[in-house]
Amino acid sequence: MSTDLFLIPFLTGLGLAILLPLLGCYLRLRDEWLAALAYSHVSAAGALLALVAGLPPAAGGIAAAALAGAGKRLFAARLSGGAAYALLLLAGWSLAVLLAANQPQAERLGHALFDGQLYFSSSAQLWLVAISVPVALGVLRLLSRHLLLAHTYPDFFRIRGLRAWPTQIGFDLLAALALALATMNLGVMGAFALVFIPPWLAFRRARDWRAGLLRSLLLGLVAYIVAFGVALWLDQPFGPILAVMLVAFGLIVA
Amino acid sequence: MLRAEALVVGWSGPATSPIDFSLQAGEIVGLTGPNGVGKSTLLAAFAGRATVFSGCLELQAGLRLAVQTQEVPPVDGLPLSGRDLLGLTGASPEGLPPWLIDRVDLRLDRLSGGQRHYLALWAVLHAPADLVLLDEPTNNLDAAGVRHLTAHLRERAREGCGIVVVSHDAAFVAAACDRVVTLEVRDVD
Repeated sequence: MSTDLFLIPFLTGLGLAILLPLLGCYLRLRDEWLAALAYSHVSAAGALLALVAGLPPAAGGIAAAALAGAGKRLFAARLSGGAAYALLLLAGWSLAVLLAANQPQAERLGHALFDGQLYFSSSAQLWLVAISVPVALGVLRLLSRHLLLAHTYPDFFRIRGLRAWPTQIGFDLLAALALALATMNLGVMGAFALVFIPPWLAFRRARDWRAGLLRSLLLGLVAYIVAFGVALWLDQPFGPILAVMLVAFGLIVA
Repeated sequence: MLRAEALVVGWSGPATSPIDFSLQAGEIVGLTGPNGVGKSTLLAAFAGRATVFSGCLELQAGLRLAVQTQEVPPVDGLPLSGRDLLGLTGASPEGLPPWLIDRVDLRLDRLSGGQRHYLALWAVLHAPADLVLLDEPTNNLDAAGVRHLTAHLRERAREGCGIVVVSHDAAFVAAACDRVVTLEVRDVD
């Protein structure tokens, strides 16, 4: 009985623990790790807004993050140096906190989103993750070479007639949607911890890009599995346990 | 494969004096002149980046271009090896000098500045291309690196590749190039 009860949340989180550390490697490559925090907050605000409007929260969260990911490009020239992500983060956080403070039903969901209550994941969320994660990994693999080439040789990338916007918008959208999905299940900080810490640790020692991806993936998976067990054992919210575990990993290795 | 007549290029305004220029397949042409004369800007115009203000610039249709700028690929803190870098542009490590071939699997941010520069240059020089544009390729290279680069430019040209080299290194230009075009300082009205 209890095995069945926790299998769905475990598998839901497992899919995200595979995707997020790999996504984080490309965010770190582009020096856009703040994007993870920004998209998480925007999707939390979108979910709460949808709840208040009588719509499914997950759809609201995903739509808000997708809008932020695609819309960011429109202001890219005026908001350089990560300003776009800082503004998105602050706007998302403000809206989410105000909604939670003024709407009783939003308060409950707000707590769940910020605490990271993975154990409440349903089979519908598991299905969404089971479909989305393989698609996201496939898109990431398709974009990988262009993302690396555009970073190392921007002039070479352009002179070969490769268009930058499909890669940029494609990646922004992918990051936004993945973070929205993760926020709905792992919570804002749980998702951010899985995007930020495994690549940060992996990049210190890995000998090449492939090894960096592999190390990041393994670190994320190990941290997730241990955190799932510990949070269950201690009867604590999952998000903070995962975050503190990854911080401890980070401090030990660093 | 490349022809320019009375070409004046620049960024926000004209930065070069009018220049006539041509390049055939298999030819290496050096671009020299004092600092600020617009050598790199002219190369950027060949690459389609700088603005053509007057004159004409024609590139043969369907050319595959490769360009090396003076900016070093930003790889600090990233787990990117030399082999990763070569793979991105489609260059082969075959023919790398002995002092670099056994380091091709090391991370780029663990190599010396000269080694990293040569690998970054090699990745462009040996990318599948018909026209290669190089901006100050001998920066950060020691004598052995310059000798190896000179020999390989010749080899690349023998394969039919046209190469334009911007350099302030007169000895290198004299040794590597078939022709040298010297840019004149632009008259300012």
